[in-house]
Amino acid sequence: MTETKLDQQDERVVRNPGFRGAVRDFVLRVRGGDLGSLPVILGLVVIWTVFQILNPTFLSSSNLVNLTTQSAAVGTIAIGIVLVLLLGEIDLSVGSVSGLSSAILAVGFVQLGIPLPLVLLASLVAGVLAGLAFGFLRTLFGVPSFVITLGGLLGILGLQLFVLGKTKSINIPFDSGVVQFGQQWFLPAWSSYLLVAIAVLVFAWNSLALSRRRESAGLSSLPLSIIVLRSAGLLVFLGLAAWYLNLSRGVGAPFALFLVLVVIMHFFLTRTRWGRSVFAVGGNVEAARRAGIRVNRVYISVFVLCSLFAALGGLMAAARAASANSSSGGGDTNLNAIAAAVIGGTSLFGGRGSAFSAVLGIVVIMSINSGLALLFLESYVQYIVTGAVLLLAVVIDSLSRRSRAAAGRA
Amino acid sequence: MTNLSSTTRSRTAEQLLSLRGITKRFGAVRALSGVDLDVYAGEVVAIVGDNGAGKSTLVKILAGVHPQDGGTISFGGVPTHIPSPTDSRDLGIATVYQDLSLCDNLDVVSNLWLGRELRKNGALDEVEMEQRSWTLLRELSARIPSVRIPVAALSGGQRQTVAIARSLIGEPSVVILDEPTAALGVAQTAEVLNLIERLRERGLGVILISHNIADVQAVADRIIVLRLGRNNGDFRVADVTSEMIIAAITGASDNSVSRRAALQEENES
Ligand SMILES: Nc1ncnc2c1ncn2[C@@H]1O[C@H](COP(=O)(O)OP(=O)(O)OP(=O)(O)O)[C@@H](O)[C@H]1O
Ligand SMILES: [Mg+2]
Repeated sequence: MTETKLDQQDERVVRNPGFRGAVRDFVLRVRGGDLGSLPVILGLVVIWTVFQILNPTFLSSSNLVNLTTQSAAVGTIAIGIVLVLLLGEIDLSVGSVSGLSSAILAVGFVQLGIPLPLVLLASLVAGVLAGLAFGFLRTLFGVPSFVITLGGLLGILGLQLFVLGKTKSINIPFDSGVVQFGQQWFLPAWSSYLLVAIAVLVFAWNSLALSRRRESAGLSSLPLSIIVLRSAGLLVFLGLAAWYLNLSRGVGAPFALFLVLVVIMHFFLTRTRWGRSVFAVGGNVEAARRAGIRVNRVYISVFVLCSLFAALGGLMAAARAASANSSSGGGDTNLNAIAAAVIGGTSLFGGRGSAFSAVLGIVVIMSINSGLALLFLESYVQYIVTGAVLLLAVVIDSLSRRSRAAAGRA
Repeated sequence: MTNLSSTTRSRTAEQLLSLRGITKRFGAVRALSGVDLDVYAGEVVAIVGDNGAGKSTLVKILAGVHPQDGGTISFGGVPTHIPSPTDSRDLGIATVYQDLSLCDNLDVVSNLWLGRELRKNGALDEVEMEQRSWTLLRELSARIPSVRIPVAALSGGQRQTVAIARSLIGEPSVVILDEPTAALGVAQTAEVLNLIERLRERGLGVILISHNIADVQAVADRIIVLRLGRNNGDFRVADVTSEMIIAAITGASDNSVSRRAALQEENES
């Protein structure tokens, strides 16, 4: 290093150059309570190991394909939950909103014979309207979102029953586009590898471009070796995952859509002004307001997005089940979506988290479901275990918040 | 009173802000009555006064938090209204509130640029923001070890530095600091005072509110005393002793503070 970089001139900054430095920085961060997704990845490894020992079919390609296709709908709902949690809010109505959207799809498409695109649009619009209502109630009257969305849970469940009318359950024809999408469509092997290649190339290209720009701006940058290593790691991980799933049916279209949505939300959260303002409002509303952020718009946009993701998740669930009924979106949908976001590492205290926690969290929950189902355990065990894992995640969240405070990263 | 300052100061300094006859009532309480204030470029004006004298109220009028009931505000010689915080900011007035207003979960760069992020092709331009943050902090001789750590990890003085540096991002011409050293230790207070001098060197008009006469005498060029919502003195720092300031604050030369000081002098001699 010929010249000290702009950001490394203070002698108090501990400089850990190169690869070993990167590892040491990581260890220091974790010690400081900045756990990121480490606990959930460790947890997932434990869960998978245990279930694999108990039942050797657990990690089979076909079971993992099932697991991913089961994850798509609730995972999509969990993306919205991540957003509201980042604001330090909550949305308890996502299950009902998803149920309403399933009902609109089934009634509109099957009973009324409305063209599919219009029905899909109507379902999503219903989600947007619900989100707008929550957002306005939250910002105009300052009612806690807990209460508003609890009301929403009941009210929208009522709407769902109203839309379904006297029919208890409506089947959607198997040859329809939605059900094909939900059940039959899997990415052809070549296209899954193509997606992996594109993802890795974009990642590598972005890292390189960032490194170059930082270099020319006189800031410290990642060495080429680490960029290559990371990109190679990503390639191996995604490539292996795709290959393993392709051993049986492959990557389901809904799951691919879910992943794409996560990546898009990740981009918006980390690279745009809107995303920055979401984190700012979640961290300190008053500071955000004084910085000129239109706080109310942030709240409304997030509640709208959350309900929109819930509506989309409801469509995906109906497409997979090929039916909608009065219990669509009921049962554990709500709790699984919220638990997924928290287990995945998004803080309940606001201002901390990532879109990727939706993926990690939902995979943990669906692994537990699928593992216990393979052991022929009854659903009560599932509830108990999922509840215990959720509690564990919340405890980790609180503990890491405390050690962050001790390490000055609160 | 205001004539004093305008005649004695150098003719080249540009008048940034001029308040005349500002009044403000809160119900039956008259918080400000007929207050005048001038701020010139490259000058630190301290506003001192006892608790409830109306200092924060005056600042909030400039920051667009409350509108005044009467009197005029001119900015750069042009009469203006400041109905909202955004209007204040757009005029070029930056306010650093006492309770800092930083987001603990965001890093220094994000806090500095919050609400005015730079963009490139629609996405945040982190590199440019980080580089400019370093340049700004360097100009202020600020001692921040890293701009990529959450501000929760900074000391009180460093946080205050970030808050002050942030006010400069919008290139304001007037910076208002409400008790910037109230919660700080000796060394950190010195850091903030240095920073205030740096602001003056940049040609900004600085309004400093403080209860600490020593701090005020150390950095201010002019001291405005408010007492019970009225102007009660406009001093050039060079011509004034702390006794005179205290007398103006308390409203009389014969009062508990000066009697105590006199008593101490007697005992010492
Ligand atoms: N929002 C408000 N509503 C009613 N009265 C107010 C309000 N803000 C200030 N006042 C009154 O105006 C007067 C001046 O208050 P101000 O906060 O300006 O004092 P200050 O000089 O900043 O005092 P301190 O040194 O304690 O901060 C006080 O009598 C106070 O009670
Ligand atoms: Mg005050």
